[in-house]
Amino acid sequence: MKESYRILPVYAGDVSGACSALYELGGMTVMHDPSGCNSTYNTFDETRWYDKESLIFLSGLTDMDAVMGNDKKLIADIMTAASEFHPEFIALVNSPIPFLNGTDFPGICRLLEKETGIPTFYIPTNGMHDYTEGAAQAFLCTAKRLVEPSSEVIPGTVNILGMTPLDFAAPSSAGRLKSILEEAGFRVLSNWSVDTSFSDIRNSARAAVNLVVSSSGLYAAEYLYKTYHTPFVIGIPAGCFKDRVLKALEEAERSGTNQTPYMMARPESAAEYTMIGDPVIASSLAAAIELRTGKGTCVLCPTEITKGLLRSGDFRIVGEEDAEAAVRSAKTLIADPMYRLICSGETELLPLPHLAISGRIYRKEYPDLFSPDQMSLKEIV
Amino acid sequence: MLKRIGNHAIDDTAVRIAEANYPQPKAWTLEYCPPVYESWNIVHIGMLLPEAHQIYVCADNCMRGVTMTAAEMGQADRFHCVIIEEKDMLYTNLEQITIEGVSDIIGKLPAHPPAVLVFTVCVHHFLGSDIDYIYRELEKRFPDITFIRCWMDPVMQKNHRMPDVTERAAMLDVVPQAEPEPKTVNILGADLPHDADSELMSMLRGGGYRVQELPRCSTYQDFLSFGKAALNIVTYPSFLYGAEQFSNRLGRDMLYLPPVFSYEEIDRELETLAGAVGVPVPNTADLRAECERALAQTQALVGDTPVYLDYIAHTRPLGMARHLLEHGFRVERVYIDVISAEEETDFQWLRHNHPDLMLFSTIRPKMRVLQRSESNALAIGPKAAYYADTAHFVNMVEAGGTWGYTGILKLCERMRDAFCRQKDLRDHVIRKGLGCESLI
Repeated sequence: MKESYRILPVYAGDVSGACSALYELGGMTVMHDPSGCNSTYNTFDETRWYDKESLIFLSGLTDMDAVMGNDKKLIADIMTAASEFHPEFIALVNSPIPFLNGTDFPGICRLLEKETGIPTFYIPTNGMHDYTEGAAQAFLCTAKRLVEPSSEVIPGTVNILGMTPLDFAAPSSAGRLKSILEEAGFRVLSNWSVDTSFSDIRNSARAAVNLVVSSSGLYAAEYLYKTYHTPFVIGIPAGCFKDRVLKALEEAERSGTNQTPYMMARPESAAEYTMIGDPVIASSLAAAIELRTGKGTCVLCPTEITKGLLRSGDFRIVGEEDAEAAVRSAKTLIADPMYRLICSGETELLPLPHLAISGRIYRKEYPDLFSPDQMSLKEIV
Repeated sequence: MLKRIGNHAIDDTAVRIAEANYPQPKAWTLEYCPPVYESWNIVHIGMLLPEAHQIYVCADNCMRGVTMTAAEMGQADRFHCVIIEEKDMLYTNLEQITIEGVSDIIGKLPAHPPAVLVFTVCVHHFLGSDIDYIYRELEKRFPDITFIRCWMDPVMQKNHRMPDVTERAAMLDVVPQAEPEPKTVNILGADLPHDADSELMSMLRGGGYRVQELPRCSTYQDFLSFGKAALNIVTYPSFLYGAEQFSNRLGRDMLYLPPVFSYEEIDRELETLAGAVGVPVPNTADLRAECERALAQTQALVGDTPVYLDYIAHTRPLGMARHLLEHGFRVERVYIDVISAEEETDFQWLRHNHPDLMLFSTIRPKMRVLQRSESNALAIGPKAAYYADTAHFVNMVEAGGTWGYTGILKLCERMRDAFCRQKDLRDHVIRKGLGCESLI
């Protein structure tokens, strides 16, 4: 039964994804959820509390307010907080009970925006999807509401889309990626959204190309392509795959066409490695392995956004049962160490700690995916 | 280095106790959750029940917190979950997914556990799920398993009971009636074991009593034998509701003897206990004198250092503040969001005698951006330590299992230790469930 989990933890939820995406952007994010429910995100899914401030709050929804449809308290509390903090924007995040009782979030947002004069938008989460969907929706709303329209394009510039600590937990990740791009001659206009700022995001429409580094960045990339004709490249410049991504960025800027460089010819032999992860990250690392070793790598994607992101022969896994069946015959599994719980004793596991599943348990071992020499995969990527 | 949003005044986050509302010094508004996690949650509490497993039935986002709690405490193999999706709420029904999901998990276990704590959630309330039907069906399918009916329903907690209160009651609900053993008592206390050195334990030992308590159970059968106790002693407010029901059902006497700071109140509790179990009251004059010496010694060491304390450290934070102020400590802040009815007397006393004592919210939004003190304050409790940003703190939750005069002595000892030795704040307070194993 795909809904039941005997031993594996579930991935971070959509609310966490949305909050993580917006954490550094200077806005105020409000989860409409009962007291204590913010602790999940705060505790397990966010690494920045002690180092970077943010305005991420909870409404403290009660049964009576939910039953009686008392949205006035939510609105009044947000207006009070907005008048104190003067955020750049206000984002409302939904959860199961308001989803169930059909709370009119778009209406509440319109009212708040009218009263406060602050851009206010609704992230359509409901607590029933994984973090990639929540972050992707948050980035899409960011693209729609916060990016300043511009017809000017600055050659050689790039936005990074889809970076959150849920997928890139090593603190050095954002800086290292930026260095890689700069060494290749690109200027990073914005990072969506680590080590970034509201004004960087505002300027994003001027970028010559967008780099989608996780599935969470896809919706925003598609919107920016449709709206501003900014082409995008899907993949991370990691290990031996780095040059392919950098070339794809040049090609995308030159031709204006979108590129997914990991959709390349693959070894025909049976997969030597099995990798579990976000489709963009895992497929990029798989491509690096294949380029370096010539050995096939099968990607299993446990997260929701996969359309157009999986290579032929790779597939989505839904729930623990699927995962257990898929890794049963794996010779070498590259995955978060939690997956050891469902592996057979014969499977070798190369650990790739992933905050979105194991949370803080491996907090001292988060890999910087852009510095492969520091990873368990250094011999093969 | 913390990247700051701006400097903010404390006006909205704190109030002089003289001007504070009772029982809620500051009204509910948007809430912030500080990165301090040492108090116990429903998963930690459920894990105290030996051999039992827990199954939660809820949406992904709600599940994440509890599943990671179990994983971080190295108990992933006793924790299972069933994920609710939109279809279960909109098109089918929650009874079906709950029954089939729980059954599926039990079928995957290598052996049936003696008990399963099943946690239904807020949406079960809102959709009017037939909880009795769910458990009837599960009990029919698995007659060898005791199902403990728990709730993870935070949407109810401000107007009804907290999930941990109903969980404790649900656990006691499954303890069967048994012939009472006159020399057996239950301590229904905090989640940490009751201090073996306390006067309460000494008196019970002296009277030849066998003491049972949940944190010291090593088998499920140990827990079921709670039905044999002739007397239930409740020392933790969150156990009171369940203990009252349990005592009424089994026809047992019950005493409520929480850890307190007033000597008179401690004496009253000791006398109550002595009367109930037929043992003499210890020489409290000597115990008082010992406490006075320890408090004086500690105060001399601490001097004018500001003392901040919180409601996580002890269930009687205002009683603690009062006792310390009465002994010359410079208690400046209490971090508290709601004042317990049990503390109304101390609240009123502090209003009149120390009107400048500041009551700080722990959750109001401005606490996120308020400059943490970066002080050398001596903090008691993890939230006070976090907000004081001090390396000198007593790392304690739920009174640390301490009680009575010995509780005061041990608090003094821990304050002296905290004053003299620094701790790594960030490494301590982010760990969940102080006293539980932590894999992080």
